[in-house]
Amino acid sequence: MTGERAPTLSVRDLRVEFPAAERGATVKAVDGVSFDIFKGETFGLIGESGSGKTTIGRAVVHLVEPTAGTILHDGVDPARLSSREFRAARRAWQIVFQDPNAALNPRSTILTSVMEPLAVSGVGSAEERRRAALQALARVGLPEEIGARYPHQLSGGQKQRVVIARTLTLKPELIVCDEVVAALDMSIRGDVLNLFAELQRELGLTYLFITHDLSVVSHISDRIAVAYLGRLVELGPAEAVTENAIHPYTRALLSAEPAPLPSHMRTGKRILLEGEIPSPINPPSGCHFRTRCGHAVDLCAQRAPEWREIVRGHWAACHFAEQFCSEENVAGEKAGATLLGG
Amino acid sequence: MNEAATQTAPDIRAAQSAPLLDVQGMSISFATAGGRLEATRDIAFSVAPGERIGVVGESGCGKTITGLSLLRLLPEDVAHISGRLDFMGVDLATCSEATLRDIRGKRIGMIFQEPMSALDPVFTVGDQIAEGLLAHGRMGRVEARERALEALRSVGIAAPEKRFHAYPHQLSGGMRQRVMIAGAMICNPQLLIADEPTTALDVTVQAQILELLRDLSDRAHMALLFITHDLGVVAETCTRMLTMYAGEIVEDAGVDAALEHPLHPYTSGLLRALPRLSERRSALPSIPGRVPVLGQMPEGCRFRQRCPFATDGCEKPQALQDAGAGRRVRCWRFRDLDLPGVAA
Repeated sequence: MTGERAPTLSVRDLRVEFPAAERGATVKAVDGVSFDIFKGETFGLIGESGSGKTTIGRAVVHLVEPTAGTILHDGVDPARLSSREFRAARRAWQIVFQDPNAALNPRSTILTSVMEPLAVSGVGSAEERRRAALQALARVGLPEEIGARYPHQLSGGQKQRVVIARTLTLKPELIVCDEVVAALDMSIRGDVLNLFAELQRELGLTYLFITHDLSVVSHISDRIAVAYLGRLVELGPAEAVTENAIHPYTRALLSAEPAPLPSHMRTGKRILLEGEIPSPINPPSGCHFRTRCGHAVDLCAQRAPEWREIVRGHWAACHFAEQFCSEENVAGEKAGATLLGG
Repeated sequence: MNEAATQTAPDIRAAQSAPLLDVQGMSISFATAGGRLEATRDIAFSVAPGERIGVVGESGCGKTITGLSLLRLLPEDVAHISGRLDFMGVDLATCSEATLRDIRGKRIGMIFQEPMSALDPVFTVGDQIAEGLLAHGRMGRVEARERALEALRSVGIAAPEKRFHAYPHQLSGGMRQRVMIAGAMICNPQLLIADEPTTALDVTVQAQILELLRDLSDRAHMALLFITHDLGVVAETCTRMLTMYAGEIVEDAGVDAALEHPLHPYTSGLLRALPRLSERRSALPSIPGRVPVLGQMPEGCRFRQRCPFATDGCEKPQALQDAGAGRRVRCWRFRDLDLPGVAA
């Protein structure tokens, strides 16, 4: 799937720092992250709060300024574009957020909201914009009469569809989906996820799908990256990451997901992590995960593990990745089931 | 406190012993400008001592309202509760405010999704935990402080002496939830009502809190009414599952039985909507439509407009009927339907 093609998005050593409340301190929200996304791919990014996943997503669509590193869109560094070129180019990179209520103006009709990006970019006549907006609504499965309504008259799932429709009017190529189904009831999550898949097939969209929900990310992604405290700890094909996780954090994360299975179908022992994610103001030295890792040794505090390809297409940042990986292959067990019994 | 009544093992057999809580025919209605609206109807279930019951359903199905009503925490001028809520011989629906105050916090504890809004920002964590003891027990400040420290320790808070003087905003989300649990547990309640207590937490922290709740429930033989939308959480925490839809209980079964062989199409629909059960990248099944809003409930089966098995007869009123093996279901067709569960 990744083949020899050039990536549509290429992120190299991305760092984003914010000033912290304490004088002089900085929050290292993203602390050296590199990955590529290919056209038509769904790239899942999972992590818990403080992992930097949302900041990565915002940096990718240039809503936050990177402190260091490069972000190339089809080989072009937007930082080198003139502001006019940049404004035209950025229509191709859109973002959809978790809460459609915050994304829609409660005093505007749905149609006005959907037309707005086109109006802002000055595309077409008023009538053309209206037609494009109605077309976009139809594309996400909403009837025309929805356009005359206000956000409060719609269900959560319908509102999220409206937000997606609005994004589509700009004919994007890459959409960052930041927890787009987290606020929806499980019964309609499927509908919205199906819609994303459908739009991808029809329009060849590329997704950076950010979520904390493992079952969602493993269902829809081609490849999955796992973030912890501002860094990626693992990246690989969705099956490999969910079935043969290498990094101890990925394994703990997978095992922590409550399984809706009857007792006799449960496999695998839970790896219960101690404590919580440390502060990104003062992350641990060496490997960021070492303070909660059951396998940490002195080396882990002294040196940050190298981000490297362990098996083809499957990357990890752990000093013992090769060892964990081979044990996994020997055991052939589902992730989390047999993590280092001895 | 009489411990003798609470010594039965928390298993299916326990359900046949004297229940701790027995709810019969509970309906909750709200006074609105447009008249009375019924939020829940004919809620009936019982909780055995030490039993852990999950209450599941989409938003708007009445889960939270049911939990709040058990402690009469809804504003009494607008919310009206009818039916019988028998808790150890006391009817919670009609007992005096004084009796209720004695039960709240002491015999029935409650924790919520967002600890930040349940904890008072201007008091230290320690003061808020000790508050329950000072309100209920005949106990001095020194002893209350000792007990509060012990409670913080028992919920896995490191350096409780230090945390005792912390304010809620100085703690992480997981830590705040532990504090709330410590506060709810401090009087050793027989029943803990937990309303989405882990929904706002990260999954690794959620695993810790679920483990803690299970452990506390086992150790103190405390019953748990666990309100959640997450079927995985129920599977890992509870032994019985109540499925609610549009203000009614539609299914009551052991968790394993409900997951493997659901009897109500709504329970089955919820299970099938879980992404992990579908083949990767395949289209996900969903339940079309949405929960009907209050005041617009359909006649008969309330789920029938969204039900793939609806047929003539579903417009008739549906009773929560005995389905054998300790199960109940509100669907007259349950014997004819062979519904897929998680194992299918």
